[in-house]
Amino acid sequence: MMNSTSASPAAPISVSGDGTDARRNSKRPKYSRFTQQELPACKPILTPQWVISIFTLVGIIFVPIGVAALLASHDVVEIVDRYETDCIPGNDRIGYIQNPTTNKTCIRFLKVPKDMDKPVYVYYQLDNFYQNHRRYVKSRNDQQLRDKSKANETSGCDPEKTTANGVPIVPCGLIAWSLFNDTYNFTINNGKALTINKKDISWKSDRNHKFGSDVFPKNFQNGALIGGGKLDPKIPLSEQEDLIVWMRTAALPTFRKLYGRIEVDLKENDTITVVLENNYNTYSFGGKKKLVLSTTSWLGGKNDFLGIAYLSIGGVCFFLATLFTVVYLLKPRKLGDPSYLSWNNNRLMQ
Amino acid sequence: MTRAGKIRDKLRREKLRWSKLYTFNCARPNPELIDFANPFNGLQGPGFSRKVQCNQPSLHRRKPLHYPSNYISTTKYNIITFLPKAIFEQFRRVANLYFLLAAVLSLTPIAPFSAVSMIAPLAFVVGLSMAKEAVEDWRRFMQDMKVNKRKVSIHKGDGNFCYKKWHKIFVGDVVKVEKDQFFPADLLLLSSSYEDGICYVETMNLDGETNLKVKRALDVTLHFDEDKTFKDFYATIRCENPNPSLYTFVGNLEYDKQVYSLDPTQILLRDSKLRNTSYIYGVVIFTGHDSKVMQNSTESPSKRSSIEKKMDYIIYILFTLLVLISSISSIGFAVYTKFGMPNWWYLQPENASTLYNPLMPALSGIFHLVTALIMYGYLIPVSLYVSIEVVKVLQAMFINQDIQMYDEDSGKPAEARTSNLNEELGQVDTILSDKTGTLTCNQMDFLKCSIAGVSYGVGSSEVEIAAAKRIASEFSGSPGHNCFPADYWDNNEDDSSVIQLEDGITCKVVKDPKPKIKGFSFEDDRLMQGNWVKEPTRGTFQMFFRVLAVCHTAIPEHDEESGTFTYEAESPDEGAFLVAAREFGFEFFKRTQSSVFIRESYPNPLEREFKILNLMEFNSKRKRMSVIVRDDSGQIILLCKGADSIIFDRLSKNGKMYEADTMKHLNEFGEAGLRTLALAYKVLDESEYSTWYAEFLRAKTAIGPDRDAQLERVADMMERELVLIGATAVEDKLQKGVPQCIDKLAQAGLKIWVLTGDKMETAINIGFACSLLRLGLKQISISTMNTDFLDQDAKKTIKDNILLQITNASRMVKLEMDPHAAFALIIDGKALSYALEDDMKHHFLGLAVSCASVICCRVSPKQKALVTRLVKEGTGKTTLAIGDGANDVGMIQEADIGVGISGVEGMQAVMASDFSIAQFRCLERLLVVHGHWCYKRIAQMVCYFFYKNIAFGLTLFYFEAYTGFSGQSVYEDWYMILFNIILTSLPVISLGVFEQDVSSEVCLQFPALYQQGPKNLFFDWSRIIAWTANGLYSSLVVFFINISIFYDQAFQSEGQTADMAAMGTTMFTCIIWAVNLQIALTMSHFTWIQHLFVWGSISTWYLFLFGYGFMSPVISGNAFHILIESLGPAPIYWITTFLVAAACNIPYFAHLYYQRLFHPLDHHVIQEIKYFKKDLTDEHMWTRERSKARQETKIGFTARVDAKIRQLKGKLQKKVSSLGVILELQS
Repeated sequence: MMNSTSASPAAPISVSGDGTDARRNSKRPKYSRFTQQELPACKPILTPQWVISIFTLVGIIFVPIGVAALLASHDVVEIVDRYETDCIPGNDRIGYIQNPTTNKTCIRFLKVPKDMDKPVYVYYQLDNFYQNHRRYVKSRNDQQLRDKSKANETSGCDPEKTTANGVPIVPCGLIAWSLFNDTYNFTINNGKALTINKKDISWKSDRNHKFGSDVFPKNFQNGALIGGGKLDPKIPLSEQEDLIVWMRTAALPTFRKLYGRIEVDLKENDTITVVLENNYNTYSFGGKKKLVLSTTSWLGGKNDFLGIAYLSIGGVCFFLATLFTVVYLLKPRKLGDPSYLSWNNNRLMQ
Repeated sequence: MTRAGKIRDKLRREKLRWSKLYTFNCARPNPELIDFANPFNGLQGPGFSRKVQCNQPSLHRRKPLHYPSNYISTTKYNIITFLPKAIFEQFRRVANLYFLLAAVLSLTPIAPFSAVSMIAPLAFVVGLSMAKEAVEDWRRFMQDMKVNKRKVSIHKGDGNFCYKKWHKIFVGDVVKVEKDQFFPADLLLLSSSYEDGICYVETMNLDGETNLKVKRALDVTLHFDEDKTFKDFYATIRCENPNPSLYTFVGNLEYDKQVYSLDPTQILLRDSKLRNTSYIYGVVIFTGHDSKVMQNSTESPSKRSSIEKKMDYIIYILFTLLVLISSISSIGFAVYTKFGMPNWWYLQPENASTLYNPLMPALSGIFHLVTALIMYGYLIPVSLYVSIEVVKVLQAMFINQDIQMYDEDSGKPAEARTSNLNEELGQVDTILSDKTGTLTCNQMDFLKCSIAGVSYGVGSSEVEIAAAKRIASEFSGSPGHNCFPADYWDNNEDDSSVIQLEDGITCKVVKDPKPKIKGFSFEDDRLMQGNWVKEPTRGTFQMFFRVLAVCHTAIPEHDEESGTFTYEAESPDEGAFLVAAREFGFEFFKRTQSSVFIRESYPNPLEREFKILNLMEFNSKRKRMSVIVRDDSGQIILLCKGADSIIFDRLSKNGKMYEADTMKHLNEFGEAGLRTLALAYKVLDESEYSTWYAEFLRAKTAIGPDRDAQLERVADMMERELVLIGATAVEDKLQKGVPQCIDKLAQAGLKIWVLTGDKMETAINIGFACSLLRLGLKQISISTMNTDFLDQDAKKTIKDNILLQITNASRMVKLEMDPHAAFALIIDGKALSYALEDDMKHHFLGLAVSCASVICCRVSPKQKALVTRLVKEGTGKTTLAIGDGANDVGMIQEADIGVGISGVEGMQAVMASDFSIAQFRCLERLLVVHGHWCYKRIAQMVCYFFYKNIAFGLTLFYFEAYTGFSGQSVYEDWYMILFNIILTSLPVISLGVFEQDVSSEVCLQFPALYQQGPKNLFFDWSRIIAWTANGLYSSLVVFFINISIFYDQAFQSEGQTADMAAMGTTMFTCIIWAVNLQIALTMSHFTWIQHLFVWGSISTWYLFLFGYGFMSPVISGNAFHILIESLGPAPIYWITTFLVAAACNIPYFAHLYYQRLFHPLDHHVIQEIKYFKKDLTDEHMWTRERSKARQETKIGFTARVDAKIRQLKGKLQKKVSSLGVILELQS
């Protein structure tokens, strides 16, 4: 090229002295691989081998997990007894349940369908109960629950903050106020009592850190409106595990909560007699009540969905792996084949 | 101004122009004494009230005049206004306003989230944007300070001058400006170092013209030429008020009880530069923002990229979606509240506030609407803007840091002055370029000449070399070897090679040493060192050199250091001629007002004086320039140089001796991209001259509108019967790498328009030099008919004529059958002014778009902007304007992207531009590499952003349906704050900053890849919709798998069931995994940074959860110890995460593979080639593809080389066949 090195067009300024040079050089970008965007990089691309292997691998991992999950789910034995319709006499259900003086005892018989190894967990299940309603969820005060000195701290507890004469309620708020208060007593076969262990049904951290061991219920359920269960004012909140469990609001309007544990193995065809106090009002909103006895596996309760989901995803992966393999074998596209470049295609079209 | 005033003004201008012709003939205009009946002609009324008391600056500071000081400030804010103004600016963005409203509402119980979770992100976003504004404004401030702190010599009083900073100058100050200094303000010229009070001014910064302009002081102030004389200088100037018109000035000077009128010749404008004159004295008239150049500066419009504009639509769509689902929520809520809530005793409906009042469901519903609008606000990514802002700043940093866009010569790197438009760089369709200073260095090199029918000069132009090389490589029998243009340039390293073609065309390829003489690259021993003396036609040679040395308007300047002369010429061509003449031994060394002195070295050294009798200047209509001189022997000669067509028409019968040969040479030169002039002379006898001179005088003194025409007619009479001597060929030095760059840009499918203030011929020559034009490209020239009458009728005729030209040309283009035929449109400024009128511009645009290259010449700055707007709005495509001078500011601001050349001194273009580069060639890298990358990065990033926020935001909505639409969110507030700010922001930023589909080398080697941007493959609606659908799918998968797994069963072996915190956290974990895996799939380029950010984001989530769980339960609430106690030990938590992450990404993964398999895009294939290192094993294929990877283009170097090869092959064939005939005859 002629004159390619000829004097620059710019610079009528005469370059003189070191100062100018220094100034110029100072503007020169410093070289580094980072600033020049030349950092070493791995540039994976989706080759058929990779894609087919990945799908196969995912399939290989998912299917066994799915099988394991299904097996675990099948091992779980579950007894569900819906009792809210049977445990109520007459038609005026709401009047019945709201009348504090009536005897609400109800006796149910459960048959054990299969051997149930200890521990057998006892749950109550409520339906159509919006524990996740915003008004409900917000209506609590965590400070008050854990700290004795913060008893007056009732912000957020609307509308169950104080009694009529302005004394703060401990624990305040709608959640505590609507505490579930059905009780269950179990006897097995011929009247042998089954003890229900109600200890450690809540999270340990809740007991130790969120609910104070020196905080006692005060003025609870003393107002004009009585909600759910009452609390023994002599027992500190940290030991009121039913409350602690209840205070963990459920995510969905159908939920189970742990009631206690039966620490005895149950045999197939055992009959369990449940003496329950049907105190809790679900009749106003047409909610169901269920008593659930269930064992657990390593995965928790009975849960077929997980296994099925795993198996189907695994299946899809295997299917895709096969499909892509077939495509690869029947109609392979040579990778990096320049004839696929757009300019070559354009030319073909022309 | 009155009509009479107008005419007078016009006359004055006329006079001015002609006086310029006689600059050295002491025919200076008499200072007009204004008739005292009307001393303030044109100076009454509003707009003409300025009064300047010379030498009494203090008067103007105070009331009532109160003129501003010379301080300039281009900043948007100052310390006090910054906060309110910048905040206002921020909240002009609708999205920000929405978030502000949400933040305010979050202080009320309506809000679903805590106040801090709304305010923190907003504060972060707004704070960051404001910080960016502040930094940018600070830069502007520093720039202003640099200008304000320049120093100039000011009259202090008592005839003493001292240096003061510019910003301390006031109206009325007398300043002394020295050579090569800028004028600090608009000045009235009082006197200069020249006796006659002229000075030379370079107005490059104002209008981009590099030629010097002459300014002339009034006679009456000439005696103020020393410091001392200003002791008692008092005068008053009355003039127009500050206005932006650069070329007009109305005012008068009252001095010594006389009134003298002033016109633009006496005004020195701020930012122009004193040249060639040791010093001048002047009085400050306009300061600071009153000065014409500052009045001209318009606030640069804020530009937005097309992606950003499209993003607005998406935001609107999302807003609609937001309102829609919020309404659904609210209606649902109202229904639930009315019918459900009275039964929900546990909510104590009887004590409910208005927010949940079952008795007033409609009201509650309306409140809930607000809640819902805030809650689903996650659909509209608050962090999108800030992430984009961060990404763009980082991208801009990479542009600034790119060492390959650093220009060693000027020491300037590329600079992204605004970071808003990075991605727009990847979508440019049309480039509108200035010529002088942008494409060319405005430096001419004398390269070849033809004297007496013989061509001299062995140097080759770039075009010739490249064509020769390519032919050589084709004939050397290695097909495909190096057959792509890039190698022509790469291979220039070899020192010297002579390529001999079979047909005898020799082309010497020399990597020549730096030419010793600026402006002279001529090489031919036959003419150097006086060797021409031996030629038989030495008289012709002598005449040739004399034309070069005498026929011009330049002035010599003695350079003390080298002892030689340099020349200040009006046009750089003349400079090159003079240098050439000097090298040939005809040194022009002195000019007096009436004579030119030449020192001739051959055959015997002697000095000659040429008396200049007349000078007929060059203009675009005449296309020639002549001088009539009387040489020392008393002979009168007319020396003429001009465009070949003009000269050839004017030859005498016996002057045509060399016509045919010269014509042939001229064609050759033109083909080689050189600009040519033909030279001729004529010897006059005394009587002939005096008859003509009488005629000339009569014409000159004639008064009336036809004076110009008469003068021209007279000049034309003289310039006839000429004798042709030869022709010159000058290479207009292109800037380094310009043809290559244009070639690459053309291959990338970009259209290039040249808009220049230059003459048509010059523009065409440059078009040739940078391969925008070539022989065989059909030129369509559109220009106005010759007319001086501007009445209404004539205007209409002209317009009709132009319309006719345009429609004819369009028809011709349409009827062209040959697919290889290409057209070039060349239009001049006057025609353009008609063509740009509303009713015609679409015809014009239609024609222009169908032409391969468009050159507009003689266009004013305003027209440049208009053309740019026409292209921008007419084609709807992205335009880029590039220029270096203040005359380009309009178009730089008008175009979608403005690029300023920072190599030269003027800063206006750079200040107005969005990007500044040191040289035109950097544009290639800026567009093809950075533009391509930035476009893809931003496009992918924005798409991903929408995906991610839809995936996340919709889960909130689904959950609502399960909570009676009460407005409860399943996630902790903190999760949601962190989602956009921490947990998903860094990967997406790393995508936006570091992603590279192909490396920069590949971008440059395959310019066709650039077309992905203009075709908008990565941000079209189908892609956006697909990503949205993907987000919808992910949200469904995440939500429903989770609730199916967790709804009632114990989730671990200890029997506990999942509460809202556990479920929300699991769901959130799934989302974090899903979106981060998604982005990992989107990326194709992983440096350690991407790895760190993607995998780090996921880890950060766990770390956060862990840390958050350890905070006091008052803060963490139900998330207290959630990871270590409840979720961590539960296998189902991990298994669910794994399941959901896989389920969310499998379809996308399959789609990616499907696309690569069946519809691979160019970058896919290239990635594969690179991945398998095919480019190393199969070099042949690689180079072949590289050569093919270009858009069909009819302009640029490659197209030209093709044409040249076709031509040479044709020649070869002819030769071979004729050889065959001869052989046959012989045998």
